[in-house]
Amino acid sequence: MENKTASIQVLGSGCPTCKKLFEITEKAVSDLGLGIKVEYINDVQKIISMGVMQSPVLAVNGKPALVGFTPDIEKIKKAIQDNL
Amino acid sequence: MDIFYPIKLLADWFTFSLFSITPQTLLADAVNFFIYDTIKIFILLTVIIFAVSVIRSFLPPEKIRFILSHKNKYTGNVIASLLGIITPFCSCSAIPLFLGFVQAGVPLGTTFSFLVASPMINEVALVLLLGMFGWKIALIYIVSGLIIAILSGIIIGKMKMENLVEPFVYENSINAKTDLPNMTWSDRFTYARDYTWDIIKKVWPYILIGIGVGAWIHGYVPADFLAQYAGSGKWYAVPLAVLIGIPLYSNAASIIPLVGALTEKGVSMGTTLAFMMAVTALSLPEFMILKRVMKTRLILIFAGIVGVGIMFTGYLFNWIL
Repeated sequence: MENKTASIQVLGSGCPTCKKLFEITEKAVSDLGLGIKVEYINDVQKIISMGVMQSPVLAVNGKPALVGFTPDIEKIKKAIQDNL
Repeated sequence: MDIFYPIKLLADWFTFSLFSITPQTLLADAVNFFIYDTIKIFILLTVIIFAVSVIRSFLPPEKIRFILSHKNKYTGNVIASLLGIITPFCSCSAIPLFLGFVQAGVPLGTTFSFLVASPMINEVALVLLLGMFGWKIALIYIVSGLIIAILSGIIIGKMKMENLVEPFVYENSINAKTDLPNMTWSDRFTYARDYTWDIIKKVWPYILIGIGVGAWIHGYVPADFLAQYAGSGKWYAVPLAVLIGIPLYSNAASIIPLVGALTEKGVSMGTTLAFMMAVTALSLPEFMILKRVMKTRLILIFAGIVGVGIMFTGYLFNWIL
């Protein structure tokens, strides 16, 4: 698999939109055939340390790629590809 | 020309033609009031929340924090309170905002100004105030709310309360500058659409209940019925309204349409304002959540200062209006 070192995380405060972003992101990653496991993190301090105060956050390689809202799957794919 | 006139016509048509209720009856009055207010409030909610969300996509909390970390004390309190207006606030965002601000070096007093203004002057409350009381009362509410937020923050800042914040908060420190991903216009609209929908989905039953009970009061409770209990001459009305308001935060959306009807029946305007401010700004669930990051004493001081500010506003407008 390529991108062995890449990481994709969804960080949330446990809100329903966070869960939704996580599910769509998992689907986006498998559609793209990236073979990366998407992590779901429920730790507010992690979000804060990333410099963000909203949730949900989609982070690619530790950097926020989408913040505060859940767009459609195409946008999520693009956000992942742009930041890998 | 009243821009809501077409809604009035529609409400009349529903009441008198579709439901064939005899005009000039109590029932007609209540039903007409309910339909008119419901349509008006939901149109206002959609338009205003959407607009505020688009504006907010340009000024997310991370940018606000960066602005605040560069301001001196007093300017910081003013700007924090102003920015609090456009930021949504639910008790679930209290912790991330508090940690994010304080750890990035925003002074405690400035952070509190923001924490007071943000829930007190929120877009749902604004829509309801505008719809139920008109723009003058809405403006009085905003301006008084801002003043309370600014002063509470300045006072807490002066009291040097940092030792009452849980020590772990200061163990992490972060850079105030965050490079957020760029948003396109279509992202902003997606965000605003989803946010507006989320809020409406959450508040609509409360609003309907509030307007429904309000409509019943409007139609069936005699005018001035409440004046003898809660008129402007009753000194205990304001503190009592504040105390009753504290546990009601989650029901703010039904409270405001309801109190709209209560003022018609003799509750004075200052008391009404104090009650609505207490409902939005002093929230029991928020206090419980804030216990994770600060000592109970600081929460009590914060609630006390804001509570006194609200009561002062209540007395002031009972006296003026």
